[in-house]
Order: sequence, then structure tokens, then C-alpha cells
Amino acid sequence: MVKRVPRRVPLTFTGRTLVMAGMPGPHDIGGKKFGGGGQGGGGKTTGAVPRGEHVFAAWEKRADAINRLIGGGGKQFYILDEMRRTIESLSPKDYFSLSYYERWIRALEMLLVEKGVLTRAEIDGRLAALRQG
Amino acid sequence: MADAEVAYGFAPGQRVRVKTGDPPGHIRTPTYLRGKEGVIEDRQGIYRNPEELAFGKPGLPKKPLYLVRFRQQDVWRDYSGPGTDTLSADIYEHWLEAI
Repeated sequence: MVKRVPRRVPLTFTGRTLVMAGMPGPHDIGGKKFGGGGQGGGGKTTGAVPRGEHVFAAWEKRADAINRLIGGGGKQFYILDEMRRTIESLSPKDYFSLSYYERWIRALEMLLVEKGVLTRAEIDGRLAALRQG
Repeated sequence: MADAEVAYGFAPGQRVRVKTGDPPGHIRTPTYLRGKEGVIEDRQGIYRNPEELAFGKPGLPKKPLYLVRFRQQDVWRDYSGPGTDTLSADIYEHWLEAI
């Protein structure tokens, strides 16, 4: 087996890693292996792509609907490219522990705060109220 | 700015190399293709630059987008499949240089 070219910056996907400017985001995983640290040693690939159909939960459909209403196709608080950039800015730890629509929700929150539509305090306050029922 | 003001710099069949480097920001060229050589397979249109749109900028001037075809053996050092296997990716012109 041919060793891969050592990366300029060792990447670790198993722990919390600060994504710095000039370093690929966690989405950019083509050809990378997981859990073996940097320098091309060890690790494993992501394996085969699951080809089964995903059954969407109600909250996932809601996340999609909200994005359509407030994103580029709706209110235009942000556009798709900004949403991608925001998802890619998640730490590898968050990126790989969150599901697809959980990443969307996190990105939507960040964008709404970034654009001044909502404040973090308003989001947290509403979440707290919902938890109390 | 009209599309007509931005011209394609590359033509189908032309050999190109993907630029190297890890610039900061929102990048649409995957790391695993940087520095790899391929051939222009098709012209995909001229679009506002998504790497700038991602930060709320206008993304102008627009950038030509290409479908670039690579030999799998040129992309992966340990690729064990047939030499005829290829991989195609959309890459913007500012990420390509002529060979």
C-alpha cells in the first residue's frame, strides 16, 4: 500500500479540532481516512454509501420548509452559498456528530443571528420556554 | 454585468491543472483534486462566484465553470482499478491553469 502524501496540517476527526483559515473544512473529506490522525497513517474510510431511502421525520420536513421560507427562495435572509459556508464552518466534532438536517438547523440559527434577524438570546429563550412546555 | 463580458478561457479537450493551496474561506474545489491534471470535458456556464456569494458579496465578475475529467489513477496514488476509470468534477476557471 502506497503511503499518502503527509498533510501540511494534520487533521483529526475524532477530537475537537479548530478549523483555521486556510484549512479545509470538515465537509471536504474526499479521499481522507477517519480516526487515524494525520500523516497518512491508519484510519479507515467512510465505507459504502448507504443506498436505502431515508424516511423523513416531521422535524426534518419542517427544517426544509423553514429554509425554503427564509432562504434564497423565500425571504432571502441568506442565500444557499451562505448556508453552505456556514455548515462548513462547523467544527469537525459538531459536523460529524450532527445529522444532515441538524446541520441545517444549526446553520440557519447561525445565519439568522449573523444577519441580525434574531439574537442568540431570543433563540435560547424560546428553546427554554419550549422545554418547559 | 452581462454574461457576454466574461469569456471562457478554456475549451473542451484542453489539458489543465487544478491550482494548489488552501486559501481561507468557502472553497468549491475539493482538496483531493488540487494539483491534479485533467482535461476540460465541457463548459458548464458562467456564474456569479459562489466563493464570494458565500460571504454576502455580489460574486462579480462572473466565473466560467467547467466539467473537468481526471483519470482516477492520477487522482489517487493507490488506485487499483482500470486505467480507463475517470472522475469528473465541476471546477471554476479561477481554480484552473493551462498545462
